[in-house]
Amino acid sequence: MSQKNSNSRSPVHGLWALTNRELKKWYKNPYLLIMSIIQPLIWMGLFGRAMNIGAIFTSTQIPIPQLTPPLTDIQKLQLGNAFSNLSTQIMKDTFGTSDYFSYMSVGIISFVTLFTTMFSGMSIVWDRRLGFLNKVLSTPVARGSILMSKVFNAVIRSIIQAAIVLGFAFALNLQVGPDFTPFNLLGVFAAIFLISIGLSSIFIAIAIRSTRWETQMAVMNLLNLPLLFASNALFPTKLMPDWLQPLTKINPITYATDATRQLVLYQINMQQLIFDFVFLGVFAAVFATISIMLSWRYLSR
Amino acid sequence: MADALVVKGLTKVFNNNLVAVDHISFTVNEGEIFGFLGPNGAGKTTTIHMLTTVLKPKEGSAIVCGHDIAKEPTEVRNCIGVVPQEYTADEDLTGLENILLCADLYGIPREISKKRAEELLKLVELTKFKDKQVQTYSGGMRRRLELACGLINRPHLFFLDEPTLGLDVQTRMATWDYIRLLKKEYGMTIFMTTHYLEEADMLCERVAIIDRGKIIAVGAPNELKEKLGGDIMTLSIKDANADISGIIQKVPKVKEVKKQDGAYRIKVEDGEETAPIILDAIRAQGHSVTRLSLTKPTLDEVYLEYTGKSLREEEESKESMFRQRATLRRARG
Repeated sequence: MSQKNSNSRSPVHGLWALTNRELKKWYKNPYLLIMSIIQPLIWMGLFGRAMNIGAIFTSTQIPIPQLTPPLTDIQKLQLGNAFSNLSTQIMKDTFGTSDYFSYMSVGIISFVTLFTTMFSGMSIVWDRRLGFLNKVLSTPVARGSILMSKVFNAVIRSIIQAAIVLGFAFALNLQVGPDFTPFNLLGVFAAIFLISIGLSSIFIAIAIRSTRWETQMAVMNLLNLPLLFASNALFPTKLMPDWLQPLTKINPITYATDATRQLVLYQINMQQLIFDFVFLGVFAAVFATISIMLSWRYLSR
Repeated sequence: MADALVVKGLTKVFNNNLVAVDHISFTVNEGEIFGFLGPNGAGKTTTIHMLTTVLKPKEGSAIVCGHDIAKEPTEVRNCIGVVPQEYTADEDLTGLENILLCADLYGIPREISKKRAEELLKLVELTKFKDKQVQTYSGGMRRRLELACGLINRPHLFFLDEPTLGLDVQTRMATWDYIRLLKKEYGMTIFMTTHYLEEADMLCERVAIIDRGKIIAVGAPNELKEKLGGDIMTLSIKDANADISGIIQKVPKVKEVKKQDGAYRIKVEDGEETAPIILDAIRAQGHSVTRLSLTKPTLDEVYLEYTGKSLREEEESKESMFRQRATLRRARG
């Protein structure tokens, strides 16, 4: 009987079963599901709406010096318009769009992806501690599939959460760029797909032999905010200090965020967009390969 | 295929200095229940992990259902079923979902796995609870679910690691019944570890006693008991300083005398008849006996004979302590 099974099954059998096991924990638990939807919304509200950088430049309290002869009402209006145009220009030069909320909500997508992928390493530590991993290792499921199920779990969750963030951003009046078509959203999801494969592969590779979740927590705490802030997710990198620039250039979050902004907010710079995707593709392929190779060697001890 | 499992010189060393399993060799016959008996930390679980391809051995080999664990791990994994010491069923999933998950790991097509799952659930009497989340299960129910999961691929060789750990006496007995029933139904060979002597005695056709990574005896429980050469008599005398081994030794049918912790452990044939003769001989030398017991040998005696101590609890690594505690906590459910 066992012989018959082994002939008819595919090399990646069990991959979806293991992925679905993780997903079920999420979609079958309404509390967890609601939390993971609310979290990005809170961030959007806090960063995007509370920190309304655009408002700095639209103050009506800018004093106009008393000139002689006094300005006519028409001149005052023209001056006001000039200031207003100036502020729009400054916002555009800095953020590429005049609306910080729009800039920000795209950054939140990268942010959510980073935090979702980060926990994929955690679940392998728990599986090891609770003995589930040993049970799976004693079945003929491919070692790489055990690992990739964690990756795909993170990917699927990231994409769903990104879709929710985007949905709310549109509802809250996201200002789309001139080149935006609904078709661009496929590109956005492709970018999230690639970056979450790469990021979760890294975090799983770190956790692959660990039996202590404390270590994993420490790694996550060490990496999350630096990765986030040394990228263009919340603030443009060109205004960052010189010493930080190289770091932002190798940070994959920068490229995922840029690709998403180009597709949704900006006038598309094709060359830059292609480079973004090439970088993300290589990043995902390299780290997925590394972690699969590590799984052959290190998953069993 | 005469032997379900052939182990030769299997060795595992952790961190380059801790020898967990030390050149063990034994054979498990087709269709038998083979018990691996030893205290905590003796190397039982490490052995199971090696035989189920979870750990890589440092030296030695093992042939499981005709396949080498190092060279053909996939073939080995196909023909074995494993019930680990821990409760590994996913608590957030239902009993049925857990079994189907196991089936998917073996690549069993859904139409077959559904039928088998229902059949197994019925055998372990969980049909009524199959759509309930596992976190609502009691310890005994979880153990039965683990048994069912392990059998989903109709294994040739079934590994059970401490199948009754943390269960109360009644649930333990019931679990034995389920193991016997499943064995009767599917006729597989069973390799189980335990540190409960009565479990090994009741269930196993043959046992290996392992202590500190080494196998110290192999055989059927009855055989091992007979090897002790008769009954065990234990006695103490008033004068703790005197040594009366010589006196006892001279009595016919006394095979061996050992002084342990101030008491004399005497191996005798026909204990009931020989005991009075021994007593007379001791009294004749002016000593008075304060305690006396006569026991038919049990596996405990066998164990004591080979290791010089009763089954002891040993300090374990932090990790296995954690696992065991988690298992116990859930068993109490």
